[in-house]
Amino acid sequence: MSAIENIPAQGNAVDNGLLRFLTCGSVDDGKSTLIGRLLFDTKTILADTLHAIERTSQKRGMEAVDLSLLTDGLQAEREQGITIDVAYRYFTTGTRKYIIADAPGHEQYTRNMVTAASTANLAIILIDARKGVLTQTRRHSYLAHLVNIPHVVVAVNKMDLVDYSQERFEQIKADYLAFAAKLGIDDVRFIPMSALNGDMVVERGERLAWYDGPTLLDILETAPPAHTERAEKFRFPVQYVCRPQDSANPELHDYRGFMGRVESGELAAGDAVTVLPSGLETRVKAIELYGEKLPRATSEQSVTILLEDEIDISRGDMIVKTSELPNVAKQIDAMLCWLSETPLDPRRKYVVRHTTRESKAMLAGIEYRMDINTMERQPAEKLAMNDIARVSLKLAQPLFTDPYVDSRGTGAFIVIDESSNNTVGAGMIL
Amino acid sequence: MSTTTLSKATLSHLDWLEAEAIHIMREVAGQCANPVLLFSGGKDSICMLRVAEKAFRPGRFPFPLMHIDTGHNYKEVTDFRDKRAAELGERLIVRSVEESMARGTVVLKSADESRNKHQSVTLLEAIEEFGFDACIGGARRDEEKARAKERICSFRDEFGQWDPKNQRPELWSLYNARAFKGENIRVFPISNWTEIDVWQYIEREKLELPSIYFAHTRPVVRKAGGMLPVTEITPAKPGDVVEDVLVRFRTVGDITCTAPVESAADTVAKIIEETATTTITERGATRLDDQTSEASMEQRKKEGYF
Repeated sequence: MSAIENIPAQGNAVDNGLLRFLTCGSVDDGKSTLIGRLLFDTKTILADTLHAIERTSQKRGMEAVDLSLLTDGLQAEREQGITIDVAYRYFTTGTRKYIIADAPGHEQYTRNMVTAASTANLAIILIDARKGVLTQTRRHSYLAHLVNIPHVVVAVNKMDLVDYSQERFEQIKADYLAFAAKLGIDDVRFIPMSALNGDMVVERGERLAWYDGPTLLDILETAPPAHTERAEKFRFPVQYVCRPQDSANPELHDYRGFMGRVESGELAAGDAVTVLPSGLETRVKAIELYGEKLPRATSEQSVTILLEDEIDISRGDMIVKTSELPNVAKQIDAMLCWLSETPLDPRRKYVVRHTTRESKAMLAGIEYRMDINTMERQPAEKLAMNDIARVSLKLAQPLFTDPYVDSRGTGAFIVIDESSNNTVGAGMIL
Repeated sequence: MSTTTLSKATLSHLDWLEAEAIHIMREVAGQCANPVLLFSGGKDSICMLRVAEKAFRPGRFPFPLMHIDTGHNYKEVTDFRDKRAAELGERLIVRSVEESMARGTVVLKSADESRNKHQSVTLLEAIEEFGFDACIGGARRDEEKARAKERICSFRDEFGQWDPKNQRPELWSLYNARAFKGENIRVFPISNWTEIDVWQYIEREKLELPSIYFAHTRPVVRKAGGMLPVTEITPAKPGDVVEDVLVRFRTVGDITCTAPVESAADTVAKIIEETATTTITERGATRLDDQTSEASMEQRKKEGYF
C-alpha cells in the first residue's frame, strides 16, 4: 500500500465511514506493539516520529525499533513504564477511518477500560500465546460484554514464541469459548498473530500458513460501523432550542428549532412524534441542517427538528416517535461501575446525567457486587473504585429510558458528585 | 453540499466527525453559562466556525469569539480573523500578550524570547475578565502525544492547570462540563479529527483560508533541517543566508515558532495530496517550540496552555 492510497475516500469513492475500537491488554501482551504495528503497516507513522522512537530505542539499549514506544504517552507513564489513562489514536486505510481507544490493562484501571469501551463498536482482546486465558482475559471479556461491544476479536499474540503452533492456538480458543459461553458472549473471532513480526495484523506473513481466516485489518475493514444492525427506536434528546427572533428577517419570527443528535433510530418529515415529559403529540414539519432540508435523520446525525404545532419544549426533553415510546422511569435498575476514589455513600444524593437530562438520585439498594475476577456475585453495602454492581436508584425527576442492550444512547448514564463536580459512576440500565 | 449521507451504516467519516463536533458544541451551549470560542484565524478554528454555524444557525452563536494575540502573528491571518468574524456577524474579543506585558504579568526572559507559551497567562486573565466558564478550542488529539490523552471536555483548576493523572472519566457522549466559580472547562469539539480530516473538511465545505496556507514565495533562512521565515520580528542574523523559497504554512501561529514548509501546493486539493504523502508530522515540520523536550507540550498544558 502506498501512502497516497491512504487518503480517505471523498466524493464517489468508497467511504466505509468510521470505526471505533478498543484494545484490551497489558504491555506484556504486546498491546502497544500491536497498535504500533497497525500504525506502522498502514503508513500512519511519519518519518520524524519513527526517528524519535529509533533514538529512544537506542538510548534504552535496544537493537530493533521498539514499536511499543509509539504509544508512550505522558511523562509519568514513561517514568513508571505503565499506561495511566486511555489514549486515542487514529489511522486510515483509504476506505475507512479508525479511532483506537487504547486502554491500560491493569486491574486498578477497570474504570479506564469501561471508559474506553463506552464509545467502541469492536474490542480486540489480547492473549499472550504462552500464557493463554488469564484472569485478566476474563475481566476484559466481561467488561466488553457489560458495555455491550457488539464485536469481539481475540488476538492470540506472540505466536512467534510458541513456534506458531496451531495446536496451542486451538487450545486457547477452546479455553476461551468455554468461559465466553457462560458470559453469553457469542460473536467472537480468533486470530493467531505476531504483532512483533507483523504476522496477521495487516500483512499475512509467511509463518501462519495453517490459518486461512482473515487478518486483523480484514476484520476491521469489514466490521459494521454502526453499534447495532437491528432496527432501533427513534430517540432525540433536545440539546438546545433555537429561537432566532431576528427582527430583520420576518421568516424567522416564529422559528423554533429543536436541536440535538439522533441517539438511535430514524425520523422522516411528516412522522407522528410525542414530546416527553409533556406527552403532547404533533408531526415533524421539517428536519434541517444549516438551512438545508433533509428528508430524514438517522442515528448519530446532528440535526434541527421543526414541529407542526407550537409546543413548549426545552433542553432535557425528548422527541420520540408516537408509535415507539420509551420507559418513563422514576426508579431504575442498572449495572453501575464506580469510578471515584471516594466510595459510593448510600446516604448521599447524587446527580444522574442521562441524555441531556439530569436528576437527583439516591441509592435504593445494591443487589450484588460482581467479582470480575471470579465472576461471582457477592453481597455489598457500599461500592469502591472499580467495583461493578447491580443497583437500584430512586430518581427525583423521571428519565426516558430504554434498556442499555437495546440503545446505548438512552440506556447509559453517568453519576456526578455535586460536591466535587466529578464524574463518579457509569451506569447501564437493565 | 454532501452533508447528508443517509444510511446509518454509511455515514461518511466527515459526516460523523461533523455530527460529533456539533453535538459537543451544543452541549457546551446547553450546560455552560458563559462559554467562549477561541478563534485564531488558523485552519482548525476556521473549521470550528463552520461547525458552529451548522450547530446554531439560523440563530446566533451562543458565545463570542476570542483570540489571544501574541502580537507576533502574520498580518494575513489577523486580517482574515477580523474579516471572518465580521462576515459571521459574531462578536470578536482580542486580548494580547502585549497587554499582559504592560501590566507586568508576563515578563520575558529576553526581548527575543518567544511569546507563544505566555499566551496561557493572557488567556487566564481574559477568562477572569469576562467570567468565562468554558473555552472551546480547536486542539486535536492527533497533534501531539500529550493531547492524545486529553478529554473532549477537560477540566482546569483555578490556575488553569491540567492534571493528566486526575482527569474526569468521560463515557459515551455524556459530557460533564460542570465547574465551580473560578474553575474552567476546555472543550475540544474536533478532538477526533486528524490533519487530513481538517483539510478534507475545508475542501468539502469550500472554506476560505488565510493566503499563507497556500504556496507563496517568502524569504527564509535554512537552519537545522527547517526553514525560518525572515520577517520584521524575526530578521536575519549576521551571517545568515537569506533565500526566496516557494513555501506554505501547515500551521499558523506565533511567527517566532511557526516555520513554513517547502511546497508548490496552491489549492486545497494539492495540499490534501501533499498531506497524505508527507513523511513529517504537522508539528514536527513546523513547530519549533515542541522540539525542545519530549514532554514540552505536556508541560505547557499543565501550566494552562490550550
